[in-house]
Amino acid sequence: MGRLFAIEIIYRGIFQKLLAGRISRAIVLAAHHDGKPGISFGRYGDSPERNGIPAKNFAIVGTDEETLQQGMAKYEPKEVDITICVDDTLCKGVESWAWYGLQPVNKLLKPGGTLIVTSLESPETIIGMAHRKDEPYKLAILKGTPSFSGLWVFKDDHTDVRILGAIAKLLPELFSLKAVQDVIVKEWKDPVKAESAARSHERITTSTVKPNQGNPETPYKFEFPKWHEMGEGIAIPSIPAGHSYEDPNTHAMGGFRPDRNPTFKKFTTRTMRPVVNFDTCIKCTLCWLHCPDSCFDVTPDNLYDANMQACCGCGVCEAVCPVKECVTMVNEAEFSDNSSQWESWKKDKEAYKVWLQDKIKGHGERSHGFRYRGQYEEQVPEMLQIAREG
Amino acid sequence: MAQLAAVLEDQRKSEETALITGSEAIAVACKLADVDVITAYPIRPYDTVMQYVSKLVANGELDCEYIVAEGEHSQFEIVKHASACGARVFCGSSGVGWMYAMEALTVTPALRIPMVAMVGNRALDDPGAFGVEHNDALTVRDLGWQLVWVDTAQEALDTALIAYRVAEDRRIFLPCAISCDGAFLTHSQALVKIPSQEKVNEFLPRYNRADLLLHPDNPITVAPQGNEDWVMEIRRQNYAAMERTSEVIREAYADFERIFGRSYGNPFFEEYETEDADVVLMGMGTLSTPVKVAIRKMRKEGKKVGFVRMRWFRPFAAQELAKSLGRFKAVGVVDRDYSFGSPYMSGVVTNEVRSALYSAPGPKPPVVGFIAGLGGREVTVPDVERITDGVYKAAEGKSQPLTQWIGLRE
Repeated sequence: MGRLFAIEIIYRGIFQKLLAGRISRAIVLAAHHDGKPGISFGRYGDSPERNGIPAKNFAIVGTDEETLQQGMAKYEPKEVDITICVDDTLCKGVESWAWYGLQPVNKLLKPGGTLIVTSLESPETIIGMAHRKDEPYKLAILKGTPSFSGLWVFKDDHTDVRILGAIAKLLPELFSLKAVQDVIVKEWKDPVKAESAARSHERITTSTVKPNQGNPETPYKFEFPKWHEMGEGIAIPSIPAGHSYEDPNTHAMGGFRPDRNPTFKKFTTRTMRPVVNFDTCIKCTLCWLHCPDSCFDVTPDNLYDANMQACCGCGVCEAVCPVKECVTMVNEAEFSDNSSQWESWKKDKEAYKVWLQDKIKGHGERSHGFRYRGQYEEQVPEMLQIAREG
Repeated sequence: MAQLAAVLEDQRKSEETALITGSEAIAVACKLADVDVITAYPIRPYDTVMQYVSKLVANGELDCEYIVAEGEHSQFEIVKHASACGARVFCGSSGVGWMYAMEALTVTPALRIPMVAMVGNRALDDPGAFGVEHNDALTVRDLGWQLVWVDTAQEALDTALIAYRVAEDRRIFLPCAISCDGAFLTHSQALVKIPSQEKVNEFLPRYNRADLLLHPDNPITVAPQGNEDWVMEIRRQNYAAMERTSEVIREAYADFERIFGRSYGNPFFEEYETEDADVVLMGMGTLSTPVKVAIRKMRKEGKKVGFVRMRWFRPFAAQELAKSLGRFKAVGVVDRDYSFGSPYMSGVVTNEVRSALYSAPGPKPPVVGFIAGLGGREVTVPDVERITDGVYKAAEGKSQPLTQWIGLRE
């Protein structure tokens, strides 16, 4: 038995489909160039992908055909040498659309394996977002904004080749820099991309994440029921309708909070979240009406509080809100919890105002969902600058 | 008023005999079962049922939601949903109409919907024929539908009542299709004993959807998406439900006999002149008429021939059937269907019978397959005699094709 390599690419469905596909294909082609057989595939359960819903691609490579076959005999890898996360907001967890509860981004990572994340954030921020692991692992940050290269747009900002160059450095047993450069030129006919790979190979560094570092929450787990323990007729209990709740200041009951699935959370879909200015809200109800996920709780004082258990960050509320900067979408990486904005506003309105201004000051900073035509094109030179200069 | 009450009470208890078709018998069963929702879409020969049902509704004899859908797919979907909401439902179709409903037909057993449907058996297009062939109903044989073939209008009525009783049993909750041969049964009138409402009420409890009831007071989600972590367990549950059907069917027939005083003997297959038989023929539906006539003729000529008419195709009474067939020197199965490219190119029933015998502990007589009566072609007495000659040949160990076409111009 030779050595089996497995690499996963965690990405945003549809938006980064092409990017993830290119990375996993090139891994296999580069390994093949160095004489190792391999396969590349998208996780079947993610298909057909949904906009922004976390999805995975896998590349499996063996040092020989028999080793590869043994790896292929599994539905999907149970552990990986490298996890590539092409959107840093996914470090909070991965919840596929046909999956069960939030899974840690580093769940499949072998002890000592490497998590590669494309991000402008510091290692401390990324480490804090990811769940703790029992064994140490390495974190490599590839500087850059999450590249959205999927079905709707293709932002050719060299994220793909920079990651490939980094892999040649981090796991040289898999393939060499030369192999991957040859594949890049052959596949994409662009020597400049091969140069980007080399620069990334040269610059990539890692830091070790210790078992006591990271999000201390226990990842979601459950036992599968046996066939005779399950209800018949493919019928499951519904989520109850909802209820009124208490105003923390006046203790008056009122409003309406829809009940939500206690285990299936939608927030890993989110790359940004609405921040609401309750002082300027005119209670027009448009955000509440238009939200496709019924994420707004109607507060006892008739305001609309986006509940972060249910918000998937689509930005419709911001688009329909008629009041300037009353609802502002802000990058998800800026937040470390899912608590109620309305409650903190009720607690201390002045402090909330300061917090709000701090969050929205970079107004327009979004990782997907562009505000005007041509916005993506403007981001490409910026990313290429980073690719050149590091 | 007192007089009217007495008349109604009298009616409730009365049994009468009526000259009706197999389709009309099914409609009468719908009335006696007090079905709540019936959907329809015309296609011959099933459309005769909808004619009779609409007449019952128009005459005020049957109080139900009667919906004519815009096609069979919707027709079966509507009753599926109504059944999930606790309504007793009836539906039906024929030939390619049944095919057009196929998606609805697959989800019905998966969701444990006790729908009762009538299939007026008809050849599948093309050509646009309308005579009987069993391939239409047989297409759902692997999906969790209970399938039963009836022979007479009386049996159609009785079996429809039994079908509700079995399908709606909480241990089962699987749909049941009653197959009636086009023309021979759907369009020909015979004298039928119509049981009293009182006895039907005693035999057939109300449909109780219980924990699976789709209702605001019982909020449930039906048919969510499930991936590879769930599907096997769901299939295993339906396997268990189908496994329980044999027992529930037996109970229902025993109760039927107790309440109505009419016995069908073995619920799964009828045996005719088998006691001392050397060889037997097998088949489903109205084929029994020419076969029984031929057997009586051949018996006079000294040939000890019997007939086994299969009623329940799903569940398939494999062990019991194999035990019974083991008594004979050879078996000839007459299929009013085809299964192109199947083992030995035999029809569906032939292959199922062979399969049942293969794993049986007892003797395994040779099984010869005959394809006959396709597209409603008459199976004549001489045809049956030819078939019997073939079965005797098999009994004597002489070689011959394992599948033979009978009544073909050649």
